[in-house]
Amino acid sequence: MNVVVCGKVIPASTVTIEIDPNTKRMVRKGVPHELDPAAASAVEEGLRLSEKHGGAVTLVTMGTSDATIGIRNALAMGAASAVHVLDDAVAGSDTLATAKILAASIKKQPFDLVLCATESSDSYSGIVPGQIAYFLGVPPVTFAKEISVEGDQITIKRQSEAGYDIVEAKLPALVSCSSGINEPRYPQLKGIMAAKKKEIKIYTASDLGLSPEEVGEKGAREKVLSVGRPPKRQAGKAVTDEGEGGKQIVDFLAEIKVI
Amino acid sequence: MAETIWVYAEISDDRITTTALEMLAKASEVGKAEAILLGPAPDDATQTLAKHGASKIYRSADTVYRDYLTLPAAQTVAGLIEQHKPSVMLFASSYAGRDLVANLSARLDCGAITDVGDFQLKDGGIEATIPALGASYQNVSTLVNQGTKLLVVRPKSFEPKLNEQPVNVEEVAAASAEGLRKVHMKDRVVVKREGPSLEGAKIVISGGRGLKGEDQFAMLKELADVLGGAVGASRAAVDAGWVPYAMQIGQTGKTVKPDVYFAIGISGAVQHLSGMKTSKYIITINKDAEAPIFQYSDFGVVGDLFKVVPQLIEELKKRKGA
Repeated sequence: MNVVVCGKVIPASTVTIEIDPNTKRMVRKGVPHELDPAAASAVEEGLRLSEKHGGAVTLVTMGTSDATIGIRNALAMGAASAVHVLDDAVAGSDTLATAKILAASIKKQPFDLVLCATESSDSYSGIVPGQIAYFLGVPPVTFAKEISVEGDQITIKRQSEAGYDIVEAKLPALVSCSSGINEPRYPQLKGIMAAKKKEIKIYTASDLGLSPEEVGEKGAREKVLSVGRPPKRQAGKAVTDEGEGGKQIVDFLAEIKVI
Repeated sequence: MAETIWVYAEISDDRITTTALEMLAKASEVGKAEAILLGPAPDDATQTLAKHGASKIYRSADTVYRDYLTLPAAQTVAGLIEQHKPSVMLFASSYAGRDLVANLSARLDCGAITDVGDFQLKDGGIEATIPALGASYQNVSTLVNQGTKLLVVRPKSFEPKLNEQPVNVEEVAAASAEGLRKVHMKDRVVVKREGPSLEGAKIVISGGRGLKGEDQFAMLKELADVLGGAVGASRAAVDAGWVPYAMQIGQTGKTVKPDVYFAIGISGAVQHLSGMKTSKYIITINKDAEAPIFQYSDFGVVGDLFKVVPQLIEELKKRKGA
């Protein structure tokens, strides 16, 4: 079973994300990057399925040259190859343009299953997986907290408000994995060495048959008009615990008449 | 003439969701509110929508919408949008809402704005405020496509209002094509929960990375029981596998607005803040005095949570017993 994992390489979780007031985009240049932990879980899930059912995992990502470190990480975990959409023309893509680019990239790979995180850890829109599924013409099977495959049938436990749902579809399908679906493996030295020899295919938008009008800022339907700071909340009192911290909280609860 | 604004009304726990009613309040404020209601629903569902401002309801009670995810509803809604061309359509930032918008925005090639906290109609277009972007920014976005603008709205962005309208219900034909029955909802499993729900609780006790493990959440549960609250978590605690995703509070989890919110061992990443910062009172316990969460707290204790929380529980029990 061939699995394509769609994932993002994002500024490392230690980075405080800044927004460039001119481009109104997140500043992604010159900061350390890492494979999005949510994408790492999708890679892990793909590896587990391919270990059980055969086939290989291909990572598909879009980003600047800073993405290479995250791609190498996925390859070191065990993905067989990677696709990197690397093109200045795709910068400023909104969710729709991103989904068109990723879907066009996935179509060039053999796949039975596409795995994504439910949302990336830096922009959280959560609709790109469903858009990709539409462009690929495969069923969108979303918010999985557990995945099992039998023959051409995929069954997931889908996160729900009340608990979970059992949801089934036929392959090929797209499944989005909710956070905490697994504990991604750490790359071992052997994997890191092997990753250096693995192929990273580079595509531009035109390689994918997409015109400059369809991608990047030109193709985006969503435009950011302004970026500002939200109204700040007045910070209250803080005390250092000197053995009475718990009691002081109870006093505060009494003061606001909660107890 | 007022612009028409549609609200996709979802059913959860056998009733219309609060978020649908919140969106109707906003829709009636800026235009003519109408609702779409698909799938089996309780008898008073259309009345509830009308009471909260829907002047028209497009309705199909067909079970296909309950038994097959996304595709039948997207087919019906896309057809209705093409036929009636509302200015704006609002969806809740829920599992079903996000899935539908994903499909519709691709199908109609119109894009969408997610995580919307507020919006205005302006010169035939839309200006949507997204309350949290990157580190403590908020932005205003628009959609440049012609036709209906799709917005995914954060829960608790608006207050539901009673604003009764005469009910005009139009039955719509159910999406019957076999090809739409691809994602089968085989079974729903309700995980039993004790105490109040996270969204409904007056007091929410949340734990983060500082809890250091799954077992320590029992301590938060004990605190929640003493106060009659519910236990939540930050994404860090969920990603670590200590607690289920259903407990996650934040941009991608649940949005809560309790009277008192306890952030325990939570640093205050934007992802988390956007799900709880409108709580009435925020109480923080964290060992790091520099943690951003202190900027948002009404009362904070800098200290070891494993000492402060047990004392807090003990003191509460003592005073309650007194």
